[in-house]
Amino acid sequence: MKRIKSVKDLNKIKEKTTVSSHVVPGSLNDDPVIVKVAMATCGIASGAKDTYDYFVEELKRRNVNAIVCQTGCMSYCYAEPTVEVTMPGEEPVVFGYVNTAKVQEIIDRYIIGHELVDGIIPASYKTV
Amino acid sequence: MARNYIFVCGGIGCRAMESEQLKKNLQREVILRGLSDEVQVVTTGCFGFCEKGPLVKILPDNTFYVQVTPEDAGELVYQHFIKKQKLERLLYIHPETQQRVTEARDMDFYKKQFRIALRNCGIIDPENIEEYIARDGYAALAKCLTEMTPESVIDTVKKSGLRGRGGGGFSTGLKWEITRRSPGDEKYVVCNADEGDPGAFMDRSLLEGDPHSIIEAMIICGYSIGADKGLVYIRAEYPLAIKRLQKALQQAEEAGLLGKNILGINFNFSIDIRLGAGAFVCGEETALIHSMEGCRGEPTYKPPFPSVEGYMGKPTNVNNVETFANIPVIINKGADWFSNIGTEKSKGTKVFALAGKINNVGLIEVPMGTTLREIVFDIGGGIKDGKKFKAVQTGGPSGGCLGEQFLDTPIDYDNLIEAGSMMGSGGMIVLDEDDCMVSIAKFYLEFTLHESCGKCAPCRIGNKRLHEMLEKITKGKGEKDDLKKLKALATVIKETSLCGLGQTSPNPVLSTMQNFYDEYKAHVYEKTCPAKQCKDLITFSIIEENCTGCTLCLRNCPVEAITGEKGKVHEIHQDVCIRCGICFSKCKFDAIFVE
Repeated sequence: MKRIKSVKDLNKIKEKTTVSSHVVPGSLNDDPVIVKVAMATCGIASGAKDTYDYFVEELKRRNVNAIVCQTGCMSYCYAEPTVEVTMPGEEPVVFGYVNTAKVQEIIDRYIIGHELVDGIIPASYKTV
Repeated sequence: MARNYIFVCGGIGCRAMESEQLKKNLQREVILRGLSDEVQVVTTGCFGFCEKGPLVKILPDNTFYVQVTPEDAGELVYQHFIKKQKLERLLYIHPETQQRVTEARDMDFYKKQFRIALRNCGIIDPENIEEYIARDGYAALAKCLTEMTPESVIDTVKKSGLRGRGGGGFSTGLKWEITRRSPGDEKYVVCNADEGDPGAFMDRSLLEGDPHSIIEAMIICGYSIGADKGLVYIRAEYPLAIKRLQKALQQAEEAGLLGKNILGINFNFSIDIRLGAGAFVCGEETALIHSMEGCRGEPTYKPPFPSVEGYMGKPTNVNNVETFANIPVIINKGADWFSNIGTEKSKGTKVFALAGKINNVGLIEVPMGTTLREIVFDIGGGIKDGKKFKAVQTGGPSGGCLGEQFLDTPIDYDNLIEAGSMMGSGGMIVLDEDDCMVSIAKFYLEFTLHESCGKCAPCRIGNKRLHEMLEKITKGKGEKDDLKKLKALATVIKETSLCGLGQTSPNPVLSTMQNFYDEYKAHVYEKTCPAKQCKDLITFSIIEENCTGCTLCLRNCPVEAITGEKGKVHEIHQDVCIRCGICFSKCKFDAIFVE
């Protein structure tokens, strides 16, 4: 990574980087689907690594324009593994209990079929 | 593609009130009205507003209906999707304004959780510094280094009212100020990540989910107290947290945010990791410092406080992970913004690891002043299996148990201490009617007994004797004077121990004695355990009328204490029975009786 020598450098990085939750609604159609898998120790212990690998494999196999990445604890310990899916131009949706069968369902019905599936965890918090 | 969604809460609380039937009815109505192509019914997880369940949310117009019964399905679908009007009578009535809330965003329960420390957890990739920067990361550091003097940074932290999140609750700004004022050619910033309370995992989640926020705050602390060296003391049992922190440190170094002349300013700072072997006492700051120095992890008497004489005898500022996680936001948003959140003397939010007999086990962050009732029954989704709430254990082995009478107490540092517990680092274990409070006290005491470093007599010997007394009581051998002795010894240990570990170790005993004295009395005088947990005080027997002779208990009994023929009433032989309770949990006909 380039060295950040000044506040200006820092702001440049800030402007060019997007985090999935920052994707502006109404952005271009060819934007990728972003899949975030909660991978703290507890998530991994509940199988998040398999979920992650399976997402990568299946999305690749089906040629879906997507990014799969890891993130920290989403704090829904009771519903691990948890996954957040952001369709281009839409609000992120969090799913709980995502095992490989659920991955299949999310890809088939939500990512490809554009309809929601059971098991959504509603956001119940505000953040800064 | 469906254009509208009906979200039906499938949380345990709502399911207990027929939300599954509600979903079926809604689906049927949608089909009957010919709306299948436009409206999809989806089950969701818990909304965290169980008291008003079953809950229904409609997207995209964001309408929130409360207390919806299966019978309401027809009217709801007709009114909302055919007549395209909101069904007034099922809208939530705001308790203050008495107005019906039409927009889900205006529902106050969304404000129950507010994430400051956890702001990036589960949102950014913790191994990517750029994502942290995209979420205002290192902006606070830039602001401090370019626009603020060290004194004004300290002033901001002081004014914000932030208090130590490790449990003690000392003013963070004041600690920084004392360390800044202490004379010393070298000073240190230490991050205490030695999280050891049973059931607590806030610090681990923060380090695993957002390590850069801790690094940024440590650099800010270094700048304000005049230190150029930081140390993170973290237990080796957290390998992933260590790995992510190491990676974050490396990225920050490569980016020039750690090292020499940070952001082109004449200020240097570096951070090292020190691994702890997982001794609970090393969470105490003097013991932590000795452990980092390569000495035995034992506490020493305070004063001198680490702020004056700490690591290598130099002024050292020790803060907890969560305390640090709040700093960048305080700098960015200002002291006034932060001090507007929370109660009079406890500002901001607190992260709790919610565990135990609760439906939604998880990590939560709530403004100070939130009540236990809101945490347990709304955010936590209530008690598992519909059992009755008994108590919440806060503060780990240093804290205590708060019973039903404290459900409406606003949680802050002072209220918890007054109630006989303490904030602690944030472990919150929910107990139900099946938990024996004497056994709970014994469990925590067992923990401190193992973790006592042995340096001072009250903690080393006192806790041992205290534990023996509890053991005696739970075995049904308690004598008349034991409760008096228990209290007297606990008080002595509290008053005479050297460090925080010993001074707080009798809290679980004292608080359960204060709040659940009847249970102690039952154990000692009646030799019974009201929660039916203490093995020496209970017996299992068969209720003849209910027993069908299915042999299930007989086959599952590990010690062959049950005899009987198929189709005939069985018998449990008390001399063989080890009171494991397997027969009780296996029996399908409620034919096993515990007393």
